[in-house]
Formats: sequence, structure tokens, C-alpha cells
Amino acid sequence: MNSFEDILINNNLITAFVFVGLTVYFAYFISEKLTNGRFHGSAVAIILGLIFAYFSGTLTGGEKGVADIAILSGVGILGGSMLRDFAIVATAYGANFNDLKSSGIAGIFSLFFGVILSFSLGAIVAITFGYDDPKDITTIGAGTVTFVVGPVSGSAIGASSEVIALSIAAGLVKSILVMTMTPLFAKRIGLDNPKSAMVFGGLMGTNSGVAAGLAAVDPKLVPYGAMTATFYTAVGCLLVPSVLFLFIDLMF
Amino acid sequence: MVIYGIALLGICTLIGLFAGKLLGSWFGIDANVGGIGIAMLLLMYFSNTSNAHFKIGDMSEKGITFWSMIYIPIVVAMAAKQNVIGAIDGGLMALLAGIFAVLVSFIFIPIISNFEKNK
Repeated sequence: MNSFEDILINNNLITAFVFVGLTVYFAYFISEKLTNGRFHGSAVAIILGLIFAYFSGTLTGGEKGVADIAILSGVGILGGSMLRDFAIVATAYGANFNDLKSSGIAGIFSLFFGVILSFSLGAIVAITFGYDDPKDITTIGAGTVTFVVGPVSGSAIGASSEVIALSIAAGLVKSILVMTMTPLFAKRIGLDNPKSAMVFGGLMGTNSGVAAGLAAVDPKLVPYGAMTATFYTAVGCLLVPSVLFLFIDLMF
Repeated sequence: MVIYGIALLGICTLIGLFAGKLLGSWFGIDANVGGIGIAMLLLMYFSNTSNAHFKIGDMSEKGITFWSMIYIPIVVAMAAKQNVIGAIDGGLMALLAGIFAVLVSFIFIPIISNFEKNK
């Protein structure tokens, strides 16, 4: 038995293909039998992935979901940023350049608007929870932008490590909610064309959330959302520790 | 040849990520500024160009479309390696901040998307 485990571990990427393949198969089964296809198979698969990540987190105490389990370490490679970025770029093949151009202004607007909106909401929540140090408020707002902007801004302005940890948690919550809620809201918010996908990418920004959210709605929309989302973290890292921090600093 | 497609995709991705990194260091921030976006624009350029010397053949195309189709399984793997515990253990404030940001942003999607139509 041990030697079979060795094979699974030594060929971890192949084990990951099998694991994800079975998860997706199971997800489509649930989607068809239990929801009559109303809830898309890929959305179910993403939620299953998150549930597995939750249970392996309680089991191993690690931070990398199922990838912390030795035989599933390959899931960390398959779902890592290298292959994710490679696949996102591939989705641009055959995307329509004119669609991109015609929604460019809405996309850029949503990018700046989205960063400021998420930051403000995070900052307001921090203030209502009794934070009054501008560094803390800014860092929690930054985490609400994305879980990358949180620690980048937090360490730039010298926030405490507990607040930085909180900001990462806020960003994770946002990312996971975007993954799971997008398929539920897609119809109501008109997320069915390249333009609204670009606005979606610009407003939400979290790369993993946007990637998974659009995958579960319509894979054809992925390149448009990913295009604006790719600038979001950078805009956040630019605006938060500078302009937005000064603004919060003036207010408190 | 399938590998030509994969290699082209690789070239676009690497150039894009490098350009994004350069942009980031010019702005003085530790983040990749639009690297994926630049890579996607490059690939779109190559896939739409009508240059007589450069044409993506059927087989090469398969090298790209394979990766585009494997995208959803990759996203499922990405979901399975998230720090879900970290999100839940962040406490009520982190949860509320995340929830508000997502819900309010959803509301603005149709508003901004319809902006130009209403003008």
C-alpha cells in the first residue's frame, strides 16, 4: 500500500489531473441530478474544490488547501499561478479585439472606481468596528481591494502584523465570495456580454475570483474579465498607500 | 505541429509577464502591472494577423485551444488550494468587509455597463 502512495506522490501532477477530473465528473453529476442543470457543473466543481480545501485545512492546519496533503501536492502546481496565467492567456485566442476596444473606457473606469469602492467599503467596516488609526483603516481597506494589496500597502505604511493578517482574510473572503456568488447573480446583473465582463473584472479585480466566477458563467467571457482584472491589483498597490492613505490620514 | 502553438502561447505569456514586471518597477510597486493583459493582447494580435509569412496552422492551434479548454479544471484546482480556513477565521470584520465589497460591486456592474447606452 505504501508503495502505491509513493507512486501517487512521485507523480503528483498526474495524481492532480485524476483528482480534478474526478471532482469535475462528480460536480457535473450533482449539477444534472440534483439541480437539473440549473446550477452549472463548473460552478459546482469550484464550490466542491473550496469545500475540499476547507476540510484539508482543518485536517492539516496548512494554508494551501488540499495541496498540503502529500498525495495531492500536485493540485498546488496545477492550480498555481504559473499554469493559471498560461491558461488565462490561452483563452484570449479568438477573443474579439473590437469588443475589447469598444468597452475599453467602461473597463478603465470600472478599474479605478472598483479599487476606490472596495477600499472605501473595507475602510467603513474597519471604522464601524472601532479602528481609529489611519494605518489600520487603510490596511483593512487595502485587503478588501485584494489580498495582495493588503499586505503590500500594510507593510508600506507600517501597519501591525495582526492588522495585515486581517486584511489578507478580508481579501480571501472577497475572492471566495466572487467565485461562488457570481453564477448566482450573473443573470440579474447582466453578466452575459464582453462589456459587462470587462466591468466585472474591473470592479471585482481579484484574479482568482474573476477567473473562477467567469468560468462558471461562460468561459467565452474569461478573456474580457481577466483583461481588466490583471490591472486591478497594480492600480490598488499604486492608489492605496499613496492617495487613499493620505485621504484617510487627513480624515483621522 | 502542436508544440508551435504551445510555444507561441509561452512566448506571449513570458513577454507579457516580463513587461508587466518592468512596468511595476517603473511605478515602484511590487506587483505585476497587467502582464497577463499584455500577453493576451499579444496572442490576440498573432491570432488575428493576416501576414502571409505567419499563419497559425490547424495543428498549432490545437496547442493553444487545449490550454484554453483546460482552463476550468485549472480553476477547480486553484479553488481546492485556497486558504478557506484563513478566510473564515479572519473573524466577523473580515467577513463583513468582504461581503460588502462583493455585494455593492455587483450592484454597480449593470450601472457602469449601461453607462454609455443611456447617454
